[in-house]
Amino acid sequence: MRFSFLNLAKQALSAHRHWPEQWRFPEPKAAYDAIIIGAGGHGLGTAYYLAKEHGLRNIAVLEKGWLGGGNTGRNTTIIRSNYLWEESQGLYEHSVKLWENLSSELNYNVMYSPRGVMMLAHTVHDIQVFKRHVHANRLQGIDNEWLTPEEAKEFCPILNISPNMRYPILGAALQRRGGTARHDAVAWGYARAASAMGVDIIQNCEVKGIRRDPSGAVTGVETTKGFIGTKKIGVVAAGHTSVVMGMADVRMPLESYPLQALVSEPIKPIMPCVVMSNTIHAYMSQSDKGELVIGAGTDAYTSYSQTGGLHITTHTLDAICELFPNVRRLRMLRNWGGIVDVTPDRSPILSKTPVKGLYVNCGWGTGGFKATPGSANVFAHTIAKDEPHPINAAFTIDRFKTGRLIDEAAAAAVAH
Amino acid sequence: MSLTLRAKRSGRVDRTKPLSFTFDGKTYRGFEGDTLASALLANGVHLMGRSFKYHRPRGVITAGSDEPNALVSVGSGARHTPNLRAPQVELYDGLVAKSQNAWPSLSFDVGAINNFLSPLFVAGFYYKTFMWPNVAWKKLYEPIIRRAAGLGTASSEPDPDHYSTRFAHCDVLVVGSGPAGLSAALSAARTGARVILCDEQAEFGGSLLSELHATVDGKPAAQWVEEAVAELKALAGTVTLLPRTQAFGYFAQNFLGLVERVTDHLATPDPKLPRDRLWQVRAKEVVIAAGAHERPMVFPDNDRPGIMLADAARTYANRYGVRPGGRAVVATAHDSAYQAALDLKAAGVSIELIADLRKEANGPLPMAARAAGIRVETGMAITGSTGRLRVNAALVSKLGTDGEEAIPCDLILMCGGWTPSVHLFSQSRGKLVFDDARQVFIPGESAQAERSAGACKGSETLAQAFEDGFAAGLDAAAKAGCAQGKATQVKLAGVLDAHGGFLGAVPHPHDAGRVKAFVDYQNDVTAKDIKLATREGMRSIEHVKRYTTTGMATDQGKLSNMNALAIAAEALGKPIPAVGLTTFRQPYTPISFGAMANHSRGDLFDPVRKTATHAWAEAQGAVFEDVGLWKRAWYFPHAGEDMHAAVLRECKTVRDSAGVFDASTLGKIEVVGPDAAEFMNILYTNPWSKLEVGRCRYGLMLNEAGFVMDDGVVGRIAEDRFHVTTTTGGAPRVLNHMEDYLQTEFPNLKVALTSTTEQYSVVAVQGPNARKIIAPLIDGIDISNEAMPHMSVRLGKICGVPTRLFRMSFTGELGFEVNVPADYGQAIWEAIWAEAQKYEACAYGTETMHVLRAEKGYIIVGQETDGTVTPNDLGLDWAIGKAKPDFVGKRSLTRPDLVKADRKQLVGLLTVEPQTVLEEGAQITLIGNPPAGTSALGHVTSSYQSAVLGRSFALAIVSAGRARMGETLYVPMPDGPIAVTVTDPVFYDKEGAKLHV
Ligand SMILES: Cc1cc2nc3c(=O)[nH]c(=O)nc-3n(C[C@H](O)[C@H](O)[C@H](O)COP(=O)(O)OP(=O)(O)OC[C@H]3O[C@@H](n4cnc5c(N)ncnc54)[C@H](O)[C@@H]3O)c2cc1C
Repeated sequence: MRFSFLNLAKQALSAHRHWPEQWRFPEPKAAYDAIIIGAGGHGLGTAYYLAKEHGLRNIAVLEKGWLGGGNTGRNTTIIRSNYLWEESQGLYEHSVKLWENLSSELNYNVMYSPRGVMMLAHTVHDIQVFKRHVHANRLQGIDNEWLTPEEAKEFCPILNISPNMRYPILGAALQRRGGTARHDAVAWGYARAASAMGVDIIQNCEVKGIRRDPSGAVTGVETTKGFIGTKKIGVVAAGHTSVVMGMADVRMPLESYPLQALVSEPIKPIMPCVVMSNTIHAYMSQSDKGELVIGAGTDAYTSYSQTGGLHITTHTLDAICELFPNVRRLRMLRNWGGIVDVTPDRSPILSKTPVKGLYVNCGWGTGGFKATPGSANVFAHTIAKDEPHPINAAFTIDRFKTGRLIDEAAAAAVAH
Repeated sequence: MSLTLRAKRSGRVDRTKPLSFTFDGKTYRGFEGDTLASALLANGVHLMGRSFKYHRPRGVITAGSDEPNALVSVGSGARHTPNLRAPQVELYDGLVAKSQNAWPSLSFDVGAINNFLSPLFVAGFYYKTFMWPNVAWKKLYEPIIRRAAGLGTASSEPDPDHYSTRFAHCDVLVVGSGPAGLSAALSAARTGARVILCDEQAEFGGSLLSELHATVDGKPAAQWVEEAVAELKALAGTVTLLPRTQAFGYFAQNFLGLVERVTDHLATPDPKLPRDRLWQVRAKEVVIAAGAHERPMVFPDNDRPGIMLADAARTYANRYGVRPGGRAVVATAHDSAYQAALDLKAAGVSIELIADLRKEANGPLPMAARAAGIRVETGMAITGSTGRLRVNAALVSKLGTDGEEAIPCDLILMCGGWTPSVHLFSQSRGKLVFDDARQVFIPGESAQAERSAGACKGSETLAQAFEDGFAAGLDAAAKAGCAQGKATQVKLAGVLDAHGGFLGAVPHPHDAGRVKAFVDYQNDVTAKDIKLATREGMRSIEHVKRYTTTGMATDQGKLSNMNALAIAAEALGKPIPAVGLTTFRQPYTPISFGAMANHSRGDLFDPVRKTATHAWAEAQGAVFEDVGLWKRAWYFPHAGEDMHAAVLRECKTVRDSAGVFDASTLGKIEVVGPDAAEFMNILYTNPWSKLEVGRCRYGLMLNEAGFVMDDGVVGRIAEDRFHVTTTTGGAPRVLNHMEDYLQTEFPNLKVALTSTTEQYSVVAVQGPNARKIIAPLIDGIDISNEAMPHMSVRLGKICGVPTRLFRMSFTGELGFEVNVPADYGQAIWEAIWAEAQKYEACAYGTETMHVLRAEKGYIIVGQETDGTVTPNDLGLDWAIGKAKPDFVGKRSLTRPDLVKADRKQLVGLLTVEPQTVLEEGAQITLIGNPPAGTSALGHVTSSYQSAVLGRSFALAIVSAGRARMGETLYVPMPDGPIAVTVTDPVFYDKEGAKLHV
């Protein structure tokens, strides 16, 4: 049943008794044309585009827990495309363009809200770096503009631009088309649309092994629901990618870290946009519900535990209170963490692998939510055609061997 | 307003101390010891809030921190604080409270129209609509939704209060001071253990404070509490008592976060006191005695003001002496509500009926209620309520029948049973187990050094709570290594055991699709929302939670989670544990941002590092810039000069005569040991073995990937001793990097690393007159060009103070850097300054330093480099020890991409129009007006006006730049392209003659 105001009103008459399940709950078939491991946004999106754009419908997505329960359902949903390197700009901008139409495309309101993402400069070095971004983006036709402190305050009135701050705000880079979306809706929207096209989404089905033939090519996966045959496997397992790829003897250049976020109690709107400060480590936006959504950098130690240290939270909130002194009396309602997979150059891997039939999409680290539609779209192309789309051609696994890095972190230490 | 609703007994409020307060502008009276909720109830006010989505009128339903409905704002102006729970707000004279989320008033709220639209506004409705057209979400729908959502408002002014933090260690931390917690604290403290006892309430005693009849060792419960607390207080040396303090988070290695509310309950707090205090406690052992939460019953219209939890009503009556109504109907599935009925009856409330959902209720309490003449019906469900701003009748019906009886009342008490508070246990990563018989999750195996005691462990009786507590305290103290204590027991009388419980939605004869039986009050999640979610494929409890928002309100599901789970489980036809439990996250209840940030604020936000000459520079009118934690003098403007003029003057002065510069912030690492040279060979690209003692070398450090990571001049002080300098920002990173390699890859090397950044003050004297300036001050060093050539280091004295004197230059002029112990920094600076003035030299800041070095083509790591630049890119191949077998990054340098011909290389740029200064970060292209999507050839890394060149100049990183000398390229700017010519990056004294004078 289509989602629309009309159907909502019609269903209200019968007390909403007839809404169908948003996705099916199939048992796994013996074999599929392709299998995606991991039902996060990227995995579900990949299945959706495989079915929609490449006609591959006899496919399955295997998820060890519940769909969307990984980082897709834990992140702070910042979306932007004002990255430094042309490769990144291409990928994230492809994504932003898909975001703009995603609700209609999926017939699911993902609440993409281009409210503007503003990144604060606190030092002379920050200014140099952000201006470099602004110029690089302009050359690629991507919006990103430089604001004075006064202009920044006009855009976000609760911002503290006092010159007496410990690290005064010297300016800001603003991407107006950047913003936020509703994370769960992205997973659910892709799942519903993919399932409707015949994709089997199998939850509570953990992949335990990858089977290969003597030539080394993949032949299927061992799961908690038994063996499932396939010739193509797309691994989209975020923080657990190294574990899954290890099943096919591929060692990944990844480290996994806890990344925390928190929300305040809901309050009436005070925050019209997203504000990020990498120099003092904090960022904030406000959800439609009214909660201030706050995050920072990763914990310093590698770990698979989804709880981080208290000192990260306290340091995040002290920075927030410096930037927005009127929120000091508000209260933290909930704090949580996810495990993010980080590559040496802080850019993702969207690539074929040395193993025939095995493809990998990972390394999104602290900032892959924004890329969900774009990444899924080009990864589907890579799996279907057995060759990368021009947009992801540079995001290979062997760039760490050749040295052709796409180093966003070194350029600006910018996350999210 | 008269206080007719006070019971004869005053409970624990002090009737000799009346207080006056306002709620929504109206003045009321209460007493010391009241909470805002108890005082409002005593004034007959039940309506205290509006719900989140439907704006339904709501009354207080709990007496504690789990309150979902009665959220209020307290205070005004900068101290306005939203979303406080009325049962937690302690009354003081002059308190100003306001209701929230209602307009124009709490009793007439326009937002209540949502209640009529509620057939549309079901769970997840917003995912299904508001999609057309694309831009309308942000422009139209979202702003409306945002305005409607949210609870209270934030003040627009900065918070004037301050906050603090303390770190504490203890043998035993006891969380909760009910019977279990108090007895645990007592038995642990009696062994001599260092104990911290915390409780979120203002008074210790927990449930014992609401006990009227119970006696402990023959004393009334309240008296026993008083004596227990007195005993603990007497042990002030070892016992720390923290009332108003919640343990909000349980982290790894028995580290817990506590927040103490220090002044919120005071009318005129001492301004020296912090508002909240964060306690960061490392406990050897922990006793969790956090009690249990009473569960509401999920029945149609279970949310009208006047409907509250039975035990909460009992607390209001017994502890605060408040009669929360005149005629009550009690709906229960647990014996404890009978105790509430009995106590309220004693307080003068008429109990019209106890409707017990269970088929039978023959425990001691139900028997006592019957004996007291209360009408008790078993197998009877509460199936609805009527009334608008206050309940006026309860609807009940015999199970299995359709008939419904309306019983007029102004109070409905409900009790669905008790949910153990397993939050902290679960946060500690202990595994919960489901007790099928009693339908509760209780703590299973511990993951850390903790144990639970009392109701949070699932213990149901008071006797068991005491027994648990005494045992837990002894066990914890013993495991913490304290003395063995003696087992303690107490004799209880006057308490009757209570059992029972029910999970899920109460059966009723209405159309389940049409009624609203609330599961999560604040978020307006009803039983039918949960069923809708499961129907739509939300089969995991996490999906149900996210789709319906149940359990996501400010009480974080304390009241709702178990009912939601049971309803979902039933709808899915699965056992409860199979549907799962959502994760318990910190904080237990919300904590202020201020407490978390505590002292880290203003100037204390980050430590400020200042050099020894800071005050001197300040007095000279220097402008400072932040570099890492350091404040560095940026430039020294004379009267009437702007930055531009000051920098041009400083540059010219240095080149003409000399300048003095504080270089103390550069990182300094002492690398010492028999293997020091070998270690340096590994960490830096350069060869070090043959560097003579007394000579210096420019060192280049790469990361594993072969990219430039840091640089600095290194002096060999002795065969086995190097004085290494790093960039200012890179100092900690470089030391970590060195330690990492030393400890993990080369532990065999005999080397010690010491940061000496703060041990030395460094005064750089640069310019043709540099030698003349320092000569009169130097002792024991021949500083002539012959005896002390460029790039050498000598030990000796300056003004009688030991110095490591470097001859080196970051300006292209003759230069010295005087390293002296930091304590002498200012004195030596002033001595040098006095000499410098004789030559009309200047003091200069970082900006001039940047310009002068750029004129020489010297790079700054982090400006010319960005983590993607190799030594070759920078023209620094000469700094690589070709003969060395290995150094960090060497292998990477031969990777295909690192030797490509079109790599970006360091070049100089001169604008065709000589006075145009390029913008740093600007992109460089082949043509002037490139179409969008054109690849850049590179970017401008440094750009300045030069005094000595009399024009602008820039450094840049350009693809195949060294092959483009003389080529014209473009820098496209918003207002048109700027033509530039590619040049060598050295603009001044290419031969380096000036360095060797
Ligand atoms: C706190 C936090 C804040 C963030 N903030 C932002 C932000 O503001 N903006 C932004 O763009 N990004 C942000 N991110 C990053 C973003 O969330 C991720 O990059 C993105 O969601 C990754 O999506 P995914 O689909 O690749 O991974 P996931 O959603 O994690 O999906 C991977 C799935 O694989 C499953 N899986 C793993 N192993 C197996 C197996 N063996 N068998 C079967 N299934 C398996 C997992 O259960 C999981 O569901 C944040 C992340 C965190 C943790």
